[in-house]
Amino acid sequence: MQSQLTKILQEAKEQLIKASSMPEIEEIRVKMLGKKSQLTEILRSMGTLAPEERKELGQSANHVRAEIEKMLEEKFSGMKGTLREAKFKLERVDVTEPGVQEALGAKHPITITINEISKVFMSMGYSVAEGPEIETVFNNFDALNAPANHPSRDYSDTFYVTESTLLRTHTSPVQARTLLSEEPPIKIISPGRCFRRDTPDATHSPMFHQVEGILVDEGVTMADLKGTLDYFAKQIFAPNVKTKFRPHYFPFTEPSAEMDVSCFKCGGTGCRVCKGSGWIEILGCGMVHPNVLQVGDIDVEKYTGFAFGMGVERIAMLKYGVDDIRLFYENDMRFINQFK
Amino acid sequence: MLVPIEWLKDYIDIDVDIPEYCEKMIMSGSNVEAAHCFDEEIENIVVGKIVKIEKHPDADKLLVCTVNVGDVEPVQIVTGATNVFEGAVIPVAAHGSRLPGPMHGQPKQEGGVKIKKGKLRGVESAGMLCSASELGFADKVIQAAHRDGIWILNENHTLGQDIVEALGLAHSVVDFEITPNRPDCLSILGMARETGAVFKKKFRYPETECVHEVENVDQYVSVDIKNTELCKRYVARVVKDVKVEESPWWLQKRLMKAGMRPINNIVDITNFVMLEYGQPIHAFDIRHVAGRKIVVDTASAGDLFTTLDGTERKLESDMLLIKDAEKGIALAGVMGGLNSEIAEDTTTIVIESANFDKDNIRATSKKIGLRTEASARFEKGLDSGLCLTAADRVCKLIELLGAGTVVKGAVDVYPSPTSAHTVDVRVARINSILGVDLSASEMAELFGRLEMQVSAAGDVLKVTPPTVRQDLNREIDFVEEVARLYGYDQLPVTIPKGSSRAGKTRERMLKDLAKDVMCGLGANEIQTYSFVSPKGVANIRLDGDARESRFVEIVNPLGEENSVMRTVLTPNMLDVLGRNFSRNIPKVRAFEIGNTFGRNVAEEAELPEEQDAMAIAAYGQGESFFTVKGMVVELLANLGIHEPGFVAESSYGAYHPGRCARIMLGETELGIMGEVHPDVAEQYGIGTKAYCCELTFDTVMKHANLEKAYKPLPKYPSVSRDIALLVDEDIAVEAIRTIITGEGGSILESVKLFDVYRGKQVADGKKSVAFALAYRASDRTLTDEDVAKVHDKILKALSNQLNAVLREM
Repeated sequence: MQSQLTKILQEAKEQLIKASSMPEIEEIRVKMLGKKSQLTEILRSMGTLAPEERKELGQSANHVRAEIEKMLEEKFSGMKGTLREAKFKLERVDVTEPGVQEALGAKHPITITINEISKVFMSMGYSVAEGPEIETVFNNFDALNAPANHPSRDYSDTFYVTESTLLRTHTSPVQARTLLSEEPPIKIISPGRCFRRDTPDATHSPMFHQVEGILVDEGVTMADLKGTLDYFAKQIFAPNVKTKFRPHYFPFTEPSAEMDVSCFKCGGTGCRVCKGSGWIEILGCGMVHPNVLQVGDIDVEKYTGFAFGMGVERIAMLKYGVDDIRLFYENDMRFINQFK
Repeated sequence: MLVPIEWLKDYIDIDVDIPEYCEKMIMSGSNVEAAHCFDEEIENIVVGKIVKIEKHPDADKLLVCTVNVGDVEPVQIVTGATNVFEGAVIPVAAHGSRLPGPMHGQPKQEGGVKIKKGKLRGVESAGMLCSASELGFADKVIQAAHRDGIWILNENHTLGQDIVEALGLAHSVVDFEITPNRPDCLSILGMARETGAVFKKKFRYPETECVHEVENVDQYVSVDIKNTELCKRYVARVVKDVKVEESPWWLQKRLMKAGMRPINNIVDITNFVMLEYGQPIHAFDIRHVAGRKIVVDTASAGDLFTTLDGTERKLESDMLLIKDAEKGIALAGVMGGLNSEIAEDTTTIVIESANFDKDNIRATSKKIGLRTEASARFEKGLDSGLCLTAADRVCKLIELLGAGTVVKGAVDVYPSPTSAHTVDVRVARINSILGVDLSASEMAELFGRLEMQVSAAGDVLKVTPPTVRQDLNREIDFVEEVARLYGYDQLPVTIPKGSSRAGKTRERMLKDLAKDVMCGLGANEIQTYSFVSPKGVANIRLDGDARESRFVEIVNPLGEENSVMRTVLTPNMLDVLGRNFSRNIPKVRAFEIGNTFGRNVAEEAELPEEQDAMAIAAYGQGESFFTVKGMVVELLANLGIHEPGFVAESSYGAYHPGRCARIMLGETELGIMGEVHPDVAEQYGIGTKAYCCELTFDTVMKHANLEKAYKPLPKYPSVSRDIALLVDEDIAVEAIRTIITGEGGSILESVKLFDVYRGKQVADGKKSVAFALAYRASDRTLTDEDVAKVHDKILKALSNQLNAVLREM
C-alpha cells in the first residue's frame, strides 16, 4: 500500500507537470483526490486494517494528500499568473492615445478678473454691491461732486437715455446709492459694466467694466488708503510689486491720487508693457470728498473715507498680455478657451 | 501744456537734470506726459551762407548751391528747395551730421537721420540744407514763409557755428498734463510757481512797467460792458506808432517750443503773454473800431460774423460778442474778427485783456465748433485779477521790442472786483485725514512755498491763497496741498482699523453659482454689448408688439448697431455663434448672464426696468435639442429648481416650430428654448444646426433654493420594473410620465425614460416608449403583491387614458 501511495504521488507530479490549462488541472484534482480516486479508495479501505497499521498508513496517505493539494495549489496559482499575463498582454493600450475628456467651460476673462479683484477685497471685509446700468444723472454726476459743466457730462462723452438718465460712466453711482441708503461703517466694492462714448479701437471700448470701492468709517486716513491698495496690488499682481501714489484730480475725491505699480513684467527696469518707465498706472483713488459724503447726510466731521476705482479690462489686459480690448467682446471660443 | 525749460528759467533758477525735474513735478501733482529735447538728435549741423546758386545741368527742379560754412572750404550742396537765394543764412547738414527729421515726405525715424554725401543726378552734394521741420519743429509752429522750404535764418550768426549753439536749442521742453482743477497751471508762470514750491525756490515775476508812455488811453477808446454776468472785467490799453515786423528769435523760439507759430511781433507778444500768464490777449486795429468804442454784449440770434480764420459763423443770442459802435469785432474769448485784424500797415492798436464767463465761452466754442488756445483757457475759469497785469506786460514787451509807443493808462472796467479770500484750516484735521503728525509751522511752510499768506491762531491756520488759485476754497482743498507738497510717498502705509464681514448679495451668489455650473457643463462664458441694433429682434423674427420691441433708446449712440439697450440676449448669442462658425470653430457651447432692459409701461418710474437674463447655446457634433435641454435641467437643479416642465411651442419665430419649448415651473415661465429656425440661422451665418435657450434669470433667481436638507438613505431594497408601451406618435412622453407618477403613489420611487423606438415592429404613427420604474417603501421590504397591485393600476390607467399597449420586453 505504501508503494501504491508513492506511485500516486509520483503520478500526480508527472501529470501536473504536463498540465497546461485550468480544466486539465481540475481534471487531475478530481482524478487524484476525488471520490473515485485511488487515494480515496485506499483511505476508505483502511477500516479493515489493524490499528497500528491503520495509523501508519493513515499518516502516509494524509501526507500524500497534502502533498498533492500543495502541488495543485502551486500549479493553479502559477497557471493563473500565466493566463493573467497573457490577458494583460492582449489588453494593453497605447497610453499616448488621447484621453476621453469632458471639457469644462471657461469663464470670460472679465468675470475671472472681477472675481479675483473681489476676492482680495472680500478678504479685507468689503461686501459686493451692484446697481443698474442705466442711472440717473444725479447718481452718476451730481452726487459725486462732478461740476455742472464737467466735460464728461457732454453728449460727446456720455450716452444719454433721457435728459436725466444715462448709461453709467462708472460704477461710482453704486457708492452714491449706498451712501444714501446706509449708515457708516460702509465698506463695499461695486463691479460692473460702464459706458463711455469712445469709438472702439485696440485700447478703447464704448462698454467696459470697473470695480470701484469705498470705505467710510471713523478715523479713516490716506495712510489707510495707501495700505489697502498696496495690499491689493501685491495680491493681484505679485507679492513683490511696489506701489507709487501720484497726486491727481477727480471731482469725487480730495486729495486724489493715481496708483502705479512697479512693472510686474520687467520688475521695474523698463520694457514694452510699462513703456520703459518701470511703472504701470493701475487705478485712481483718493479721500472721499466731503461734498459726496454730505449727499448721503454723513457727518463729515465724524467720518472720513476713501474710494478707488479701476478698469477691469486694463487689469485683465496687463495680467494676461491681451493687446486688443475688442477681443473681450468678440467672444471667439479660441480666445475664451485660453482662460480655463 | 508745453513748458520750454529755457523760458521757465526766465523766472526761476533751477538746476536739476530733466528726469529728476520731471519725477519731482509728477510726485507733486504736475503729471508729465513727455519730455522732449530738441538737440538730442542734432549732430554737426552748422550755420552756413549760400554764396552762389547755379542751375543743375541735368535737372530743372534742382539747384546747385555753394555754401560758406565758416573757416573751411565752401561746400557744394544740391537742393530742390525753391525759397533759397544767394546770401541766405541757413542750417547746413554736411556729410556725417545727423538731424531729427522727419525728412520731407517721410515718417519720423527713431534716433534721427544720418546725412551722407552723394551725387544728385550726377552732381556732387556734400549734404543738405535743412528745413525747420527737419530740425525737429512741428509743421504747425513753423512760420508760413519757410514752412515748405529751407529755414532761412534772419540773424547774423557766425558761419560754421553749431546750430544748437547758434539757435539755443539745447533746452528741453516738458509737456505737462494739466488737470481741470488747475487752470492756473496753463501758463509758464503757473508752472514756475509749482516748480518753486517743489524745489523751494523763489521765482521772479516779469517786468510790467513801461519806461516811456504818452498821452492818455481815454483819448483813444472807451469800454462798456452791457452784460456783467458774462464779462467780469475788461481792460483795454492802446499802443501807437506800431511797427509790425518779425519777432526776434528769442521770442519766436519760446513760442515755437511752446507749440505756437510765430506770425508777427504784435501777435507774437499777445500769444507770448497768454502763455506766460495764462490770460488770453487780443489786439484790434483801432482804425476798424467804429466810434472808438468797445461794447461787450451778447449777439443777436442769427447774426453772421467772420472770424480771423476767414470762416463766417452764425451766432446765437447767448454768445458774447465784442462790438464797436456799429458791428461785432470779436467773438469774445474765442477768436477775433477778420474785420479788425492787425495788418502790415496797422499803426495804432487796442489791447484787450478781459475776463469772460467760463461756461459761456465753453458753450460758444462748442456750438460753433471752434476751440482756440484762448477759449481753452477761458472755459476752465481764469482769475479776473490777471487782466490788468497781463495788458501791462504786453505794453512792456512792445516797448522792449521797440515795436510801438505805449499810451498811458488803461481802461479798466471791473464792476465787482474779486478779492483774495482766506480759509480757516485746522492742523489737527489735516493730520487726521492724512494719517500724519505735522506741526502748524510745518504746514505753514508748505503753504508759503505756494505763495499763500498764512497766519496762525491756535490750532487753526488762516490761509490766503493767491487769487490765481481758484481751486482752493475749502479746508479739504488745503489738505490736498499739504499732502502733495509733503509727498504722497512720505505718508505712512497702514491698514484700516475697523473690522467687518464681507458679503455677497443673493443675486450675485446665484449668478456666480450658475456660471460655475455652466462651466462644469462645458459651456464657455461670453460677454456681449448691452447696447445693440434694434434689428436683432427682427432678425429673430419676434413681432413688433413683443415685449422685446419696447426698446430703451440711446439719444446719442455711436451708430445704429448699438443704438438701443438689449431687450433679449438671444440675438447677441446668435451673433457670437455665427462669428465662431465663420471662423471654422466646429463646436461651441456658450452662455451669457447679463442685463436686459425694458421701456417702462408705467412712465412715472425714473429708470427703465432692468432684468437679468441668461442665454445658453450650442452647435456642433453631438449637440441636439436634448443636450441643451439637459444643460438647462442640470443648471436649474443646481439652483434648487427641480422638475421644470417643457411645453411644446410652435410659433416662436426664432425656433423650429416642432423643436421649441417653453420652460415652465408650474404656471411660471422661466424661459424658452429650441432649435434655431433655419431662416434665422442663415441670417446669422450659422451653417449648422444650433440650439439656444434664453432664461429670465430674475425669475429663476426668485425660485432658486439653495437650502440643503439630508434625507436618510433607504434601508429597504427597491424593486425594478421595466415597461415598454406602444402609443400614438403625438402622445408626449411627459403625458405618460404624469400618469405613471400619478398612479404610482408613495411606493413609486422613480420613473426614468430609457428608450423611444420607431421602426421595425412598430406601426406607422406609433412609437414604443420604455420606462424603468423603481418601487420602494421606506418602512418595509416590498412584497411582489405590493408592487403588482400598483404596477397593474398604472398599466390599466395608461391603457384607459392613452390607449397604450404593453409590449413584451
